[in-house]
Amino acid sequence: MSVPRFWREIPYRYRLIGSYCEKCNETFFPPREICPRCRRSGDIKDIKLEEEGEIFSYTVIRTAPPEFDVQTPYAIALIKLKNGPLIMSQLTDCEMDDVKIGKKVRMVFRKISEDGEAGIINYGYKFVLAE
Amino acid sequence: MKKVAVIGVGITKFGELWNSSLRSLTIEAGTKALSDAGIPGEEVDALYTGCMTGDMFVKQGHISSLIADYGGLLPVPSTRVESACASGGLALRQGFITILSGVADIVVVGGVEKMTDALGSQTTGYLASAADQEWESFNGATFPSLYALMAKRHMYEYGTTEEQLGLVAVKNHYNGSLNPNAHFPFKISLEKVMGSTLVADPLRLFHCSPVSDGAACVILASEEKAKELRDDPIWIRSSGQASGAIGIYDREDICTIDSTVNAAKSAYKMAGVTHRDIDFAEVHDCFTIAEIINIEDLGFFKKGEGGKAVEDGITSLDGELPINPSGGLKSKGHPVGATGVAQVVEVVTQLRGKAGKRQVKDAEIGLSQNIGGSGGTAVVHIFSR
Ligand SMILES: [Zn+2]
Repeated sequence: MSVPRFWREIPYRYRLIGSYCEKCNETFFPPREICPRCRRSGDIKDIKLEEEGEIFSYTVIRTAPPEFDVQTPYAIALIKLKNGPLIMSQLTDCEMDDVKIGKKVRMVFRKISEDGEAGIINYGYKFVLAE
Repeated sequence: MKKVAVIGVGITKFGELWNSSLRSLTIEAGTKALSDAGIPGEEVDALYTGCMTGDMFVKQGHISSLIADYGGLLPVPSTRVESACASGGLALRQGFITILSGVADIVVVGGVEKMTDALGSQTTGYLASAADQEWESFNGATFPSLYALMAKRHMYEYGTTEEQLGLVAVKNHYNGSLNPNAHFPFKISLEKVMGSTLVADPLRLFHCSPVSDGAACVILASEEKAKELRDDPIWIRSSGQASGAIGIYDREDICTIDSTVNAAKSAYKMAGVTHRDIDFAEVHDCFTIAEIINIEDLGFFKKGEGGKAVEDGITSLDGELPINPSGGLKSKGHPVGATGVAQVVEVVTQLRGKAGKRQVKDAEIGLSQNIGGSGGTAVVHIFSR
């Protein structure tokens, strides 16, 4: 994959920047150019999302594609951000048995995946248990 | 309004078919369907083929031309339809619309996937391309994991149990054991399902449909042609299609696939029936939890009560509302692009009363439901004698 494919998403993946529709008073992540609620008429702006939330659903992946092989098993979750939308993220630095729906989590910055030995290293958000 | 009929069906064996290629599978199913319809290739006005991943699994693009050419159908206009796991169902809908539009009288609709030519390690990634690459797959989400997220939440909100998930697999394997074309035509016990390897909790290996090769084909005809060619045409009473969010993070409710709800609403309305009129259905059980969610979203059971319905035997072959008499994706197999067409082959076979040991009693109205990805696309068709 070419490098621009990854750097163009950097602000969103590194700093959790989403979109906010002023008309609908609703936030979205990942960012959108058109508000899915009011379609074209909204006024969409970038917004920094809260870095805290709680687990809405989760699973532990035991069979993964090659880029994630070394991390297996790992947990991914849908996280309801404080004052924000649901986002999908990996959970890290936690015992799998401690992961439960409703647990509080916070964002950390981590390596996401590696494209082989000499390929691009992708960074972005993951979440850890906050309690 | 004009009417469209299915006048021929054909299907290959599903499974790991080392001796068959993408083109040979499609042609086998197509030849069977044309001979079932009793027509020569000269009568065909248009061809649609559902195929999700030919470009990746066998590195073959331009499938439209390939199939028309090797199917001996040149110069018939040919179109490849891609919408992840709903490719086959959408190909059928394109054929249906083409006949309704009046530009064609006879249309061939095929579906195919040749999956076992790729290495196992590549397969997970190829299938994940049906998810949001930038915001799901990027984070390590796999296909089973998306359905696992739905399952965990469904269990949390409604008390759906691992046993109920397992019973979907047990039921579908029982049905599949009566289907000679099934990839896994054998029964399995609940213990075996619940003891199988975890893939993404709570989903285990036997909660997942397999990676299969296979093809299916149906021949559609206008009312006039259908009556001329057959005395037992099966009518396509309606077709409903809807789109939903590509990522599950943007779904209104992860326990509901709203594209199914919307597609079903259109299909029931167009056919002038309700869910109560449906005698049996082929639904998209790519994972066991999907079957539970689907039978709720189609209106057969209240949200949260799908698991109980399976446990109570209502959806068994001899139950009030048999679901997946073919064995479903779980036991029959899931050659992705072929699936939506294979469902129709089963519905037509049942409505003709030719399903042998797995025949649903008094089958008059049948439904098929095909999903793309984690719910980004859904298509529902209703058929009757
Ligand atoms: Zn808006």
